[in-house]
Amino acid sequence: MFEKYLSAFIVGGIICVIGQLLIDKTKLTSARILVIFVTAGVVLTALGIYQKIVDFGGAGATIPLTGFGYTLAKGAFRDVDQYGLLGAFTGGVRAAAAGIAAAVFFGYLASVAAKPKAKR
Amino acid sequence: MAEKRVGKQTVKFQNPPVITSTASIVGPKEGKGPLGSYFDYVIDDELWGEKTWEKAESKIVRETLSKLLEKSGKSQEDINYVIAGDLLNQDIASTFGIRGTSISYLGVFGACSTICEAMAIGSMIIDGNFADNVICVTSSHFCSAEKQFRFPLELGTQRPPTAQWTVLGCGGVLLSSRGQGPRITHVTVGKIVDKGIKDANNMGAAMAPAAADTILTHLKDTGFAPDYYDLILTGDLGIVGKRICEEIMAEVGFDISKRFNDCGLLIFDREKQDVHAGASGCGCCASVFAGYLYKQLLEGKLKRILLVATGALLSPTSTQQGETIPSIAHAVSIES
Amino acid sequence: MENVAGKEKKLIKDYTNNEYRQYVEKISPKSKTLSNVIRAFIVGGLICTVGQFINNYFLERGMDKDIAGSITSIIMISIGVLLTALNVYDDIGKFAGAGSIVPITGFANSIVSPAMEFKSEGYVMGVGAKMFVVAGPVLVYGISASIVAGIIYYLLR
Repeated sequence: MFEKYLSAFIVGGIICVIGQLLIDKTKLTSARILVIFVTAGVVLTALGIYQKIVDFGGAGATIPLTGFGYTLAKGAFRDVDQYGLLGAFTGGVRAAAAGIAAAVFFGYLASVAAKPKAKR
Repeated sequence: MAEKRVGKQTVKFQNPPVITSTASIVGPKEGKGPLGSYFDYVIDDELWGEKTWEKAESKIVRETLSKLLEKSGKSQEDINYVIAGDLLNQDIASTFGIRGTSISYLGVFGACSTICEAMAIGSMIIDGNFADNVICVTSSHFCSAEKQFRFPLELGTQRPPTAQWTVLGCGGVLLSSRGQGPRITHVTVGKIVDKGIKDANNMGAAMAPAAADTILTHLKDTGFAPDYYDLILTGDLGIVGKRICEEIMAEVGFDISKRFNDCGLLIFDREKQDVHAGASGCGCCASVFAGYLYKQLLEGKLKRILLVATGALLSPTSTQQGETIPSIAHAVSIES
Repeated sequence: MENVAGKEKKLIKDYTNNEYRQYVEKISPKSKTLSNVIRAFIVGGLICTVGQFINNYFLERGMDKDIAGSITSIIMISIGVLLTALNVYDDIGKFAGAGSIVPITGFANSIVSPAMEFKSEGYVMGVGAKMFVVAGPVLVYGISASIVAGIIYYLLR
């Protein structure tokens, strides 16, 4: 059980380190870096590589944004198996539905309740 | 024949306008800085009782204008023009701050160079006998600037070491054809200089060539040596831009290092306050001049200064379209 | 100023734009990469460990793998939303950099922070429209990439 937590910590940490190196060493903004990560997640899942990282790292691979790409890609493949070509369109969004809906709804609620605070 | 022109870009005044009064209002972070006691008022929170950052910035402009009239003993009817600008789209902080007054209004945009642009125009209006009293006022607000140019305040990002901190502050000056006080003897209006910097997080590097260009042009036009001035001050080059400007000047034989400083490095304590390369924003040069430098001039601690406010003339759209950052610097020569 | 070849060194004011950019690159202070990387590693690792803990909790209660995964996503996103609303996430972000941007909590932060900021422009054109000003590209490119991947998968089957 402890090994599962350790591998999540390490894999998650390494993926974030890659992001940090991109921030420090290139002029890429964080928005572009996130786009790269989510797309990389889709591509690596399509190539069968990311599943192995998920098997080893668990949440360390699914929590970072590459994991979001993994969820989207896996969902697309599953729906294609089930529905054919239509599945390519339904699969990604269906798999990520919980996260997207939660982000939209809770984000809206938070904006009603909270105010931005100035930085000192 | 424009007789008051000197050299390429400089104008020498026949009846140098007097800076009869100044006023400045700044935010809490600026109030905690090394110059905190020099400002007229330090607000204790960034909203100042208003609902939005933008409305707060307009309030700061309005109150600075009031304070200036109060300190100078003049009323709105005595003022012939108010020249104002800020960082917000369409200069709304200035517009909504000055709305409600009865003064003829000239809105200008020079990014962080606005206070010197306003003083240049105001001085020419007075020396040209078109006015007796002109108010120049500019402001910036950290929160409204971040919202427009960069990221929402609550977004978890890291600022690189070359980034600068936009000042929450407003500075206003009253220029008059008569009276007591330091005088503006020359102004050098800058030209747009673009050395190809695209990084909006390193504005000091983008603006330094413009500052050097204007200072060099001013010295060549007037024939002054750097030691004619007790101090040459740029608006907000920050630590990176200041070094670049010094090196550019030194290479052409003008060693200004002993009499060169930057308002962006004066207003905050870089060691104790988290501002990375220094301060920026229209309010930086304006409040440092109106609060601190003006008092130094009045007390005789500084006799002749060259105030060179620098501006990066970019917009969020231009950087997103891959454009470089054109910059400008305007120099105002002040003698007490 | 002369170099060995006897040619005069070029003045900075005469640099081409490329030369000036290289000069600026050389003299500009650089980020403290090592400490940034260490902090990103630790915070990013911790956030993922929390996610692992939450996921395990539901799996141990016999929940289906996919449903547990979805619920974990919702909880992690809620954590990001809450910390942003409490004005704390930006302080975490300053410290941890990518360690707080890359995990899904950062995705939530990138949605809540503009929503809070642009409330001043109203709930429709402010909150509603600007909510995705930072996170939008993630959805556009992520979903589009998954559609392309799905189509290729269909054709190769």
